[in-house]
Amino acid sequence: MTMDQRRAILADALGVGLAAGAYAISFGAISVASGLTVLQTQALSVLMFTGASQFALVGVLAAGGGAFVAVATAALLGTRNGFYGLHMAPLLGMRGWRRLPTAQVTIDESTAMAVRHEGNPRDARLAFWSTGLAIFILWNLGTLLGALGAGLIGDPGTYGLDAAIPAAFLALLWPRLTTTIMRTVAAVSVVAGVALTAVLPAGTPVLLAGAIGVACGIVLSRRESDA
Amino acid sequence: MIWTAVIAGSLACYLLKVAGYTLPDRLLTAPAMQRVTVFIPVALLAALVGVQTVADGAAVTIDARVAGLLAAVIALILRAPFLVVVLVAAGVAAGGRALGWLP
Repeated sequence: MTMDQRRAILADALGVGLAAGAYAISFGAISVASGLTVLQTQALSVLMFTGASQFALVGVLAAGGGAFVAVATAALLGTRNGFYGLHMAPLLGMRGWRRLPTAQVTIDESTAMAVRHEGNPRDARLAFWSTGLAIFILWNLGTLLGALGAGLIGDPGTYGLDAAIPAAFLALLWPRLTTTIMRTVAAVSVVAGVALTAVLPAGTPVLLAGAIGVACGIVLSRRESDA
Repeated sequence: MIWTAVIAGSLACYLLKVAGYTLPDRLLTAPAMQRVTVFIPVALLAALVGVQTVADGAAVTIDARVAGLLAAVIALILRAPFLVVVLVAAGVAAGGRALGWLP
């Protein structure tokens, strides 16, 4: 690995880390505006450390969904990290106890950066760890800034923070809408979520609408592979 | 109640991350498992978009959040970064309320 390659990988890691840090500011603010304390908000960023799940847990709690539904929604969104780990294990060559800290920083961004250097395990390891650590540090700093900032303002509605929550989910969803099937699954899930909100107790519409969306995706992909 | 959710949710998410490094490959790569899991993030995130835009407890309310979400769609089409999308949505909702145009 030349100095230039090394520098390019570290610069990419810092860039991704800064973007995540900016995004964490909105997480910290939304979480505190939703009724979590600064400490609870920070605990999520240190311990859970996977953005979509953190937003989901906070969003479901804010909607009055209860702890069980909040945890279930966060965990279901976290399943993809397990698949990243499966992909990363041979690439990073991790064994024994080292897998435990490695697992915590196995998220969307660190996996994506490592995969870009799949042909060269040394580069891949550097990309994975530099991105993972840069994000871990900046994500937590951003969370703290946002959480402290939100504590200074009054009614969240005045600042549109209630509108920021669905916008944050939409921004997480947007890059995944790459195929017609994915767009259909998303549309069905949105409509199901809205419809079920009118008839079910808080929290449950998300899980049920998600299940309807997944079922729709399975049917559509089966039909496509038959055609 | 919130602490229970924070700790249990964090533990669940961590164990899922560890599972990728420790469970046998064939369990996670089983075709049935993959068919389901590929759609989970999209379906759940989309459901959250729908519910969080209109839910007011267990009732449906159309308010400034809808305008904020439409503004977010435009920002995303214009390829705005994450924080800008969120700020645009919050700004449109807050502005509409301040002017008395939106509930």
